[in-house]
Amino acid sequence: MTQLVWNGLFVGSFYALVALGYSMVYGIIKLLNFAHGDLYMLGAFVGFAILGAVGGVSSSMALPLLLVVLLATMVLTGLAGVALERVAYRPLRRAPRLSLLITAVGASFALEYGMRAAAGADPRVYPVRLGGTSVEVLGARLTLQQLVLVGVAVVLMIGLNLLITRTREGRAMRAIALDPRTSSLMGIDVNAVISRTFFIGSALAGAAGVMAGAYYGKIDFLMGFLIGLKAFTAAVIGGIGNIPGTMLGGLLLGLLESFGTFWLGGEWRDVFAFGVLILFLTVRPTGLLGERVTERV
Amino acid sequence: MTGTTKVRRVGNAKPPTRASKLLQNRWAGIAGLLIALLAPFVNASGYALSVMTSAAIFVMLAAGLNIVVGYCGLLDLGYVAFFAVGAYTSGVLSTRLDLPLLVTVPAVIVVTVIAGIIIGAPTLRLRSDYLAIVTLGFGEIIRITANNLDVTGGPSGIYGIPHLTDSPVVFYYVTVVVVSLAVLGAARLGRSRLGRAWRFVREDEDAAEAMGVHTYRVKLAAYIAGAVWGGLAGVLFAAQLSAISPTSFTFLQSALVLMAVVLGGMGSIPGVVIGAVVISILPEILRDLADYRFFIFGVLLIAVMILRPQGLWPARSKEVS
Repeated sequence: MTQLVWNGLFVGSFYALVALGYSMVYGIIKLLNFAHGDLYMLGAFVGFAILGAVGGVSSSMALPLLLVVLLATMVLTGLAGVALERVAYRPLRRAPRLSLLITAVGASFALEYGMRAAAGADPRVYPVRLGGTSVEVLGARLTLQQLVLVGVAVVLMIGLNLLITRTREGRAMRAIALDPRTSSLMGIDVNAVISRTFFIGSALAGAAGVMAGAYYGKIDFLMGFLIGLKAFTAAVIGGIGNIPGTMLGGLLLGLLESFGTFWLGGEWRDVFAFGVLILFLTVRPTGLLGERVTERV
Repeated sequence: MTGTTKVRRVGNAKPPTRASKLLQNRWAGIAGLLIALLAPFVNASGYALSVMTSAAIFVMLAAGLNIVVGYCGLLDLGYVAFFAVGAYTSGVLSTRLDLPLLVTVPAVIVVTVIAGIIIGAPTLRLRSDYLAIVTLGFGEIIRITANNLDVTGGPSGIYGIPHLTDSPVVFYYVTVVVVSLAVLGAARLGRSRLGRAWRFVREDEDAAEAMGVHTYRVKLAAYIAGAVWGGLAGVLFAAQLSAISPTSFTFLQSALVLMAVVLGGMGSIPGVVIGAVVISILPEILRDLADYRFFIFGVLLIAVMILRPQGLWPARSKEVS
């Protein structure tokens, strides 16, 4: 039981990290960035490339090294997200929603198969593997590395929440979410803020990618597809556009999956998750913490 | 449009040029059909026939998705789910109950309509972008379910589905006829009262609602029509290959059909047909570029949306703009 809860929280913290980027971008420019899951994949591969360039390390140094790589990857993936926004989304900001969605699908495709052309179709094995000793807490087996990864995720999420609620930058983001035109009249550089939003969201996805690579040990060019869907589900459960809600949604989805797998068997896990998504959209499309928004005509 | 209406309305934004008149003419449709009918006389090898039959089935898929995306403006990213539902329904019925394939068609229609309602009913009330991702999830659900159930044969799928005819040439002609009827039917639907309502919803849903269009019902109708088209294409697919497995119904397939519709021109029947033929035949010609193929498709999708959102062969609107 405790084991199921722990597994759920662990997986859920990955979902939450990826879902945050989704949710932020959606909250500010109302764009579903389909390529977000692929930025997670990109993060995993960037981390892989950096680790490969650094060369072998002793296992005692694995964790600190991984944290450094994590930071570098976050910066690079963040920049990739900014470039993506600049090239693919900004020219279409005033276009119909359908065009933007199709562009996002195209971006996702280009990232996935661009990576496939660059790195090959076969899964790569991560050079650093976090296994390690396990400790028993309340009947659940958990490893030190799992704890560190969850810790990193929590720190990133708290930092993001502070950024959005306490800083000038965050205030600008919230203003644009309310009304981009008026924000621009009030002297906010809308394009720059949106770029920085993409940077932060993509950096978080990249961090999740490196952590997933180091934990599961294998990465491939399609790894972002499913997690993108799951992250969207998490964001919807919590209330898309709402940061604390999204974190809650990620953890909740992890727990639901963990218990769903236990009851129904692993092969039904994804069906269960999407079933939850459809159920939530039917019953409470605004999510647990989302406010009811009226669509502007 | 494959045919022109007799009454040309006033207020066209641009007077039709000679070239566009030629393209919009019903002769374009007849020429396309003639090319399809004469192709086996040029090359009737087994390989060429199978490529051409697949292309025809792909055209039918694109025509079906065009109803949903092109006419009604609803982004469906799991369209291949209906294709799978159709293929599996006819495959399961024909192999387990020893029914001829033709007899399964009514059952396929019923099942795809139900599938369309199940997925459309809860989601069509939502914003369009939610719909997109729910359909994506639905596509995955169908594939994973087919992969897990025993009745669908699990990962290895169903084999030994009876062919419609023994000769691939005859089957090719049957496919061409069915697909032509489907394309024609989609075009007619697009010009009907319902079709006008679809385009109204696509252009401005709130205005449509205010004018008394029951937008929810209209959208559901588009969704169900798309589902039936996809399901029937699935029957053809099952008949062609006589074996189906979950790997034929991945997101990649849905994305390719979407690309055909977008590249050709959303809402434009000749554009969509050309788009589908190009998308399905191009990979056979460009075998060497296999690694970059989908990358190029993705980049192309972005480029088309930015530079030419109406597609290569756009639909000419008869409404006053």
